[in-house]
Amino acid sequence: MGFYTTPSFFALSALVVLVSAVLGLLELPLMAWGLFASIAMLVLMFWGNLAAALSLALFLSLSIGSTLWLLGRPRSLWRTTAAVLVSIAPLVVYKLTVSLSGSGLLGFAGISYVTFKVVQVQLEAYDGLISKKDFKLWDYLYFLLFFPSFDSGPIDRSRRFGEDLGRRIPRDEYAGMLARGILLFMVGMVYKLVIAALAYRLYLPSAWGDGPFLQELGKQLACAYSYGLYLFFDFAGYSLMAMGLAFCLGVRLPRNFRAPFLARDLTDFWNRWHITLSTWLRDFVFMRLVRLLMKRRLVRGRLRTAQLALLADMLLMGLWHGVTVDYVAYGLYHGVLMALTEGHQKSAFYRRHRNDPAYRLMSWFVTLQLVFFGFALFSGQMSLLVKGALHV
Amino acid sequence: MSDTHDANEVLSRVLDLVEEVSGEDGLGSHLDDDLFSLGFLDSMAAIELLVGLEEEFGVSIAPTELPREDMNTVGKIATQVAARM
Repeated sequence: MGFYTTPSFFALSALVVLVSAVLGLLELPLMAWGLFASIAMLVLMFWGNLAAALSLALFLSLSIGSTLWLLGRPRSLWRTTAAVLVSIAPLVVYKLTVSLSGSGLLGFAGISYVTFKVVQVQLEAYDGLISKKDFKLWDYLYFLLFFPSFDSGPIDRSRRFGEDLGRRIPRDEYAGMLARGILLFMVGMVYKLVIAALAYRLYLPSAWGDGPFLQELGKQLACAYSYGLYLFFDFAGYSLMAMGLAFCLGVRLPRNFRAPFLARDLTDFWNRWHITLSTWLRDFVFMRLVRLLMKRRLVRGRLRTAQLALLADMLLMGLWHGVTVDYVAYGLYHGVLMALTEGHQKSAFYRRHRNDPAYRLMSWFVTLQLVFFGFALFSGQMSLLVKGALHV
Repeated sequence: MSDTHDANEVLSRVLDLVEEVSGEDGLGSHLDDDLFSLGFLDSMAAIELLVGLEEEFGVSIAPTELPREDMNTVGKIATQVAARM
């Protein structure tokens, strides 16, 4: 059963919402039902795929085992490093074997997202924000397996998730969440099943043809724009449905998109696109890397430090999508653009003109084109064109 | 009396630090304004601020310890620092 794609998923989700609504409106706890529903949904998802189910079981054993071991001495740097390495090992093995042989080892649908959740808990244990006393195994398991966001996010944070579980929701408030959840789910369905599906029909990747230059360019641009629109409506639609289901289960899953095509620059774009991924990388990669570089004085100057950290952050984002030329190029491309944006925004020219309407309009337009060019890298359209030009 | 004095001193040192990392002068008139929405702080300046607070006050605040809305004004940052001193 595919999540958010198969009729059986939608039918079962309706049942989950119905039972949740009864429990929530009676002010009864929702967690036990949510955990049961999540496990049942995952059993159906992995039914007939023993390798994936065993990989998930191995992943859970490694992450629970290493987290408990870390919580024994949470401020230890070497324990934290070892625990994180153990937790990300299945994802690294999976991504590398997929790119080398096509069929991945140790993988399962959702591994990329659940790995982020495990690492967040471990790094916050190191920071002293999560202690053995706060750690509840069932809450942790529910956090990892929470079915609305298991497959493709949004990437929630354990302490925020735990706060939702820990409180009794008054009836009026739950009724509001339920109504909002159902509405979000329906809007998400229209995004994904109607608009994204229409945009996908216009997405016709092809090699550069023999026609006149402008005609061929127009074909490639139409292809890139329709892919970008498809990607947004598909992913934002999915994210809205996930948020909607979560709300019905009493969990305020964070939003993942905020009108990304209105971004005024690349930094603003990453505050609006796949927000839970970019903020995760900001908090757990960028900020920590900058702190390390600054404390050890490894790089001269604040701008160079920021640029290096942005490049590393975005390269990791690309690699996380997959170890392929297209994804690495996508990560590097955004890393370089973010580094250039950081430099540009420190210039006297930017400070003088940043509020001029003409500058803002131009900046928005250029950002939009750069974003869609990035999608053409992400989709493989650019590598198709490069291969065509090189006759390989 | 001395608590008020200390609080004012922390506020003034935090203000100096925020002005230094944001590269903006005259933030004294924005003590309770959101530094992120005004464009005075971004992720880079925020982490510089955390490193600066550690060096200046010996106070360690992890990057995800506080939600942004608890660290978005000079006044709130000073309160968080004072609470940890």
